[in-house]
Amino acid sequence: MSVQTRSVNVQDGPHRDQESVRIRPKYYRTWRVVQYTIIYVVLIGGSAFFVIPFLWMVRSSLMRPQDIFSVPAIIFPWPIHWVNYPDFWNALPFGRFFLNTAIVTFTATIGLTFSSALVAFGFARFRFRGRGFLFLLVLATMMLPKHVTLLPTFLLFRSIGWIDTLFPLIVPSLFGSAFSVFLLRQFFLTLPLELDEAARIDGANSFRIFWQIAIPLSKPAVATVALFAFIAHWNEFLDPLIYLSSMENFTVALGLRFFVSQYSGTFWELMMAASTAAMLPIVIVFFFTQRTFIRGVALTGIKG
Amino acid sequence: MRPPRMRWRDVEPYVFISPFMIGLVLFIVGPTFASLALSFTRFEFVAPPEFIGFENYDEMFAGDPKVWRSLWNTVYYMAGHIPLGMAMAFGVALMLNQKVWGQALFRTMYYLPSVTASVATAIVWSWVFNSRFGLLNNFLGLFGLEGPQWLADTRFAMPALIIISLWGMGSTIVIFLAALQGIPESLYESASIDGAGRARRLWHITIPMMTPAIFFVLIIQIVGSFQVFTNAFIITAGGPGDATLFFVLHLYNKAFVALRLGYASALAWLLFVIVLVFTIAQVLMARRWVYYEGEIR
Repeated sequence: MSVQTRSVNVQDGPHRDQESVRIRPKYYRTWRVVQYTIIYVVLIGGSAFFVIPFLWMVRSSLMRPQDIFSVPAIIFPWPIHWVNYPDFWNALPFGRFFLNTAIVTFTATIGLTFSSALVAFGFARFRFRGRGFLFLLVLATMMLPKHVTLLPTFLLFRSIGWIDTLFPLIVPSLFGSAFSVFLLRQFFLTLPLELDEAARIDGANSFRIFWQIAIPLSKPAVATVALFAFIAHWNEFLDPLIYLSSMENFTVALGLRFFVSQYSGTFWELMMAASTAAMLPIVIVFFFTQRTFIRGVALTGIKG
Repeated sequence: MRPPRMRWRDVEPYVFISPFMIGLVLFIVGPTFASLALSFTRFEFVAPPEFIGFENYDEMFAGDPKVWRSLWNTVYYMAGHIPLGMAMAFGVALMLNQKVWGQALFRTMYYLPSVTASVATAIVWSWVFNSRFGLLNNFLGLFGLEGPQWLADTRFAMPALIIISLWGMGSTIVIFLAALQGIPESLYESASIDGAGRARRLWHITIPMMTPAIFFVLIIQIVGSFQVFTNAFIITAGGPGDATLFFVLHLYNKAFVALRLGYASALAWLLFVIVLVFTIAQVLMARRWVYYEGEIR
């Protein structure tokens, strides 16, 4: 029965019981339309809050200095002032900053992912004394703020002469991270044990099972862990701030901060250009890998 | 009698987990206790540490009003950031969970700020909040409103940082959305058959089924609130007049500006104890309100 015939019935239907049953679809349909309108208005309005600061940044990065300070504000940059990009790039050794950040990010990401996978495999695939307790310890470290260990770690690196080098930004990650171990272990637990047994009968040792069976079957989880590590190291600010002192060792985050402290209150167009450039690698990586990402975030929440 | 031989099979698991365990000793357990030891010393880089008993702790509790100020600021920040962020993220997740067109696109847009969060975004926000040329006050100006001096005003600097923190709620949205999608449809169906309306289904099915995710986010956000650093350092540097002095910023200033490592270590231990107490309290209270499916009560 279609909705129209029902509404016709409503007009001539004297029986209250039937009426209330019949009236519902029409009312319901209007309600759905109202509901979806509200949802879209809120969602689109909400995305403005998330997206507009990025657009404002790009807009400001393409303006002439005299336009950026006009009141009321000019919304669209015209003429487009591309030269802000080479200008900021040449104001400080930004090429060097990007290179340093890339070195730290790549080595730390690879090291962290590999070690975390190894440890996660250990927890997922072996029975051994103290396993429960040690795994609890791994989880507990997730809650510990890094600032508690910051100063002794700083002194440790200072005593071996690593201040103003990139090593303190890389080396701690080479031992894996608790969060990654947790995430990878969850994934390894879902792989059937029969695979291991079959490989073992064929003479494979544990490391081969790890490297040639567990890792290839866990590509999504490994990718998620690597991506999180990549983002975290690219964005890291406190460590570079305390460990690096000479400009040729700066990372992008630290270089940007130096830039701001030099030109505070002026040269906003250059700072916006620099910020845009600093975010660009992350934004590109994110757009190509967002499924992996979002699945990873979702996993942590559900299993956590 | 020969000692029992060590077999590779017994040692192997420990070899696999050794990277993390070595790191744990070197970078977590060792430094945590070293930090405790340092907190009882005067250590200012030049001379070796000198034992001074509880002096640092005396100063922390009785002689350094900035400690209390920074803790108060954290509480203020939490009171704004956590309820607002969770409620908004919950609302957005509920909406996205309706079969809306462009769900993936919205999710991407909402999540993007969570991955870019760093010095660059902090700079962008200080520009957005610029009182004369910034986006926000220009926008308010369209309606004839005169926006406050945001980051330069002691009353508005913290609300500004709270607004900025909401920009990072994308990960909460994604976690909530995943949890919503994990609720079995059959629960809603049987509730509908029993005559439960929209509101009742939300209150009696959705929210109870979401409590593990809410609990997880709550813990992460409380622990995270005690560790705010980059935004406060770049955008306001703790000012104006300590209005946005966060605990870790105070710790950083004591350690790397005033160069008082002993005292800063005492601050670090206070942070440790506070986070520990909050986490344990949360876990204990969770028994009262978090519902785990399949759990026997």
